[in-house]
Amino acid sequence: MLELDCRGLVCPSPVIELARRIGEVEIGGLVGVVATDAAARVDVPAWCRMTGQEYVGAESAEDGVPRYVVRRAV
Amino acid sequence: MSSTTTPGRGPEPLRRVYLDSASGEPLHPAARRALSAALDAAYADPRRLHHTGRAARLVLDNARAATAEALGVRPEEVSFTGSGTEAVHRGLLGLHRGAGRRGTSIVHSAVEHSAVLHAAEWAGAPTRSVAVDATGRLRLDDLDVTDAAVVACQAANHEVGTVQPVTEVAAAISDVPLFVDACASAGRLDLPDGWAAAAASAHKWGGPPGVGILVVRRGARWRDPFPDDERSGERESGFENVPAILAAASALQAVVAERATENARTHALVGWIRRVVGGLENVEVVGDPSDRLPHVVTFSCLYVDGEALVTELDRLGFDVASGSACTASSLEPSHVLAAMGALTHGNVRVSVGRETTDEDVERFLEVLPGAIERLRARL
Repeated sequence: MLELDCRGLVCPSPVIELARRIGEVEIGGLVGVVATDAAARVDVPAWCRMTGQEYVGAESAEDGVPRYVVRRAV
Repeated sequence: MSSTTTPGRGPEPLRRVYLDSASGEPLHPAARRALSAALDAAYADPRRLHHTGRAARLVLDNARAATAEALGVRPEEVSFTGSGTEAVHRGLLGLHRGAGRRGTSIVHSAVEHSAVLHAAEWAGAPTRSVAVDATGRLRLDDLDVTDAAVVACQAANHEVGTVQPVTEVAAAISDVPLFVDACASAGRLDLPDGWAAAAASAHKWGGPPGVGILVVRRGARWRDPFPDDERSGERESGFENVPAILAAASALQAVVAERATENARTHALVGWIRRVVGGLENVEVVGDPSDRLPHVVTFSCLYVDGEALVTELDRLGFDVASGSACTASSLEPSHVLAAMGALTHGNVRVSVGRETTDEDVERFLEVLPGAIERLRARL
């Protein structure tokens, strides 16, 4: 999984980072967005819906910060 | 000797376009006339027995009767508060307090105004949030009223405009009392049926700010949640702003009289905005496209900071609101957009009013795509 460290970034930066870097994984590959910004919880799944990517779910990074996992579908 | 001066031809002044009627509608001309007359005639304490006090009482009673008629309720059911927020607090908390042993919980839609959510939290009672669908409409299949003292369901959503299924909610909850926050819709839309208490706010229909309306149905089990005020009835407190109340009532009457044509006009303006904005790349228009408030539309733009977009549009002469909270990472984004699963960043709410023209909307739609592109290029 490609992990994007977006700790400390405010919206819309985590989603911009995700859009910029999703192409680095193959179709079917995973990208994890680790973000402290409260908006990412809603905006990562919304971005997936709007751009045809697959939202897998949320988990916790080692330091407890949420990691939002996306599977590249297109 | 007289002289004439020729003003220099400076840059064309920026003509501002106000597109935030959902936050506050400009004062209706009918309200201005009533306010001006009442400021001179209705300053006395309406509870005094002397002539001038009785004159103020007459003005207050007339305003109450006019408000009741325009809202389709009885005059004795109408109370005036200091704001829509206060009407929400009194309405919801009074039903909760009046429930007795019927139940303890406050059940509310996930997209209620923060005034409802904060009042529910303040009550110290268990609360339960009812999910909404992607348009922001309450999901009846998620409505569980076990141990409910009161259910709160807004008439229409203040951010995205979606009309709520209030009548269906009332039927589903049977004898549990229903509180309806009608602040976003009152004046423009009829009050729905089936509630025990409802709240409205005058400045949203072109009345002055500082006037809220609390309607408590005859027979509803409502108990004052706040300290007694010996000078007034239990549903009100303090010395009412009688001139502002008369102005609010006058605006309401005028707006109800005009609304058949005004609602069709603003509904079409918003439909136009929805069509054009919906065609922009990576922009999502949210809320129900047809069963909605006539004058409100919200959309979210990917890869844009909503507050920066508000500032950019402000620079170009357009006043709009935003539900985004990107500037401070500590702030929560709009709970309405979050509950709908809608993008919370890059969010803008546009609302039109009786002074908004076709040309205003046309100019807004001309500048919006460039504003979005400039902000995207900056990031």
